[in-house]
Amino acid sequence: MHEMSLTEGILRVLEQQAAAQGFTRVVKVRLEIGELSAVDPESLRFCFEAIRDETVADGAELEIIPLPGRAFCVDCGKEVPLPHRFAVCPDCGGGKLQLSGGDEMRIKDLEVE
Amino acid sequence: MCGVCGCGSETIGEAHGHDHGHSHHGHSHSHPHDHDHDHDHDHDHDHGHDHDHDHGHPHDHDHDHHHEHAARGDIHYGQGPAGSHVPGLSQARMVKIEQDILGYNNGYAAENRAMFEENGILALNLVSSPGSGKTTLLCRTIADLKDRHSIAVIEGDQQTSNDADRIRATGAKALQVNTGKGCHLDAHMVGHATEKLEPAEDSLLFIENVGNLVCPAAFDLGEAAKVVILSVTEGEDKPVKYPDMFAAAEVMILNKIDLLPYLSFDVEQCVAYARRVNPGIGVLKVSATSGEGLEDWYRWIGDRRQSLLAGRVARLESKLAALRARMDRA
Repeated sequence: MHEMSLTEGILRVLEQQAAAQGFTRVVKVRLEIGELSAVDPESLRFCFEAIRDETVADGAELEIIPLPGRAFCVDCGKEVPLPHRFAVCPDCGGGKLQLSGGDEMRIKDLEVE
Repeated sequence: MCGVCGCGSETIGEAHGHDHGHSHHGHSHSHPHDHDHDHDHDHDHDHGHDHDHDHGHPHDHDHDHHHEHAARGDIHYGQGPAGSHVPGLSQARMVKIEQDILGYNNGYAAENRAMFEENGILALNLVSSPGSGKTTLLCRTIADLKDRHSIAVIEGDQQTSNDADRIRATGAKALQVNTGKGCHLDAHMVGHATEKLEPAEDSLLFIENVGNLVCPAAFDLGEAAKVVILSVTEGEDKPVKYPDMFAAAEVMILNKIDLLPYLSFDVEQCVAYARRVNPGIGVLKVSATSGEGLEDWYRWIGDRRQSLLAGRVARLESKLAALRARMDRA
């Protein structure tokens, strides 16, 4: 449900950028969303389509670039892929993993007119 | 409710203070706030935040440029043009943004955190499912600690002021924030609530978040720590079912342990799951009803408070030393 707040946050950034950078219409928004972030991409897409109209992003396309989960394994001393938060190290099977990537929620860039 | 800042349905104590004139999606907030607090602390903003504390000035946010709430600090979302043209795309151009979607929340959270630290306020964000016993734990904690600490509480719920009423009955200052349709508190709501509540210097501030193990994980409120409460009447696998929350929390309180003899809850398995998601998470086993284990919780609070106060003392001492040096030169 917080995807709606996040979407409103995205639109807020778009409106501010429109004023700052002198564009009137956003054609495409590219987001980078980590696979372990607290956001569901499909829900975000749904919310975006629900509220984009009559804003600077009216009709805009939303592209979501997924970023994979990564963690540093304390026992192996190296970075390993982390498919979900409670996964174990694929090499040693240990659970001492520190998240090092995959929790991003970023607006990467825009295509504007 | 304004899903962005939550202002629309803010019910603070019994009194509505703010007059939010929002026009959404354009977000031309015109907050006629009157920041005329009598804060008796010295703002020595040497910590990198360019706060514009125009306290006392009724200002009007109708600027054309891109910041909001200048009175509460600089929150610039536009980081200047970084546009790059992509050849071959008719009139369209690319604009690089590279901004965190939660940037607006995190800006307010940073202000809250700076304000809490400056005033020695230990702010704890209590998160859990509904029914884990957060309010009961808080009432008991207040009853046990109120002679040692000044305590204030921000209560977040979608509706009703029942919880704030329960807290006020203990004698602590409490303030209800109703989020309306919202599923979490955000840093902007907490900033406003703190202004209203005016917690004392060197006090404890408990922020009881909306009962929800999902959304509040993503929203930093400026707290010193998130404390997740899980009751043993729930499933022991909640840490892996809702990993974001357990990953964000510094400590997990297992509540209602007086009921363990009647349940099949596997405490060790639960702790193992929580450590799988967050290897560093602290675990406190308590019963807010029987009082078992609460001393450990109070000791944890005491330790966090000590380190906060030590930081404050160090800052004040360096400020004092700088002042003395200036006096010697004069």
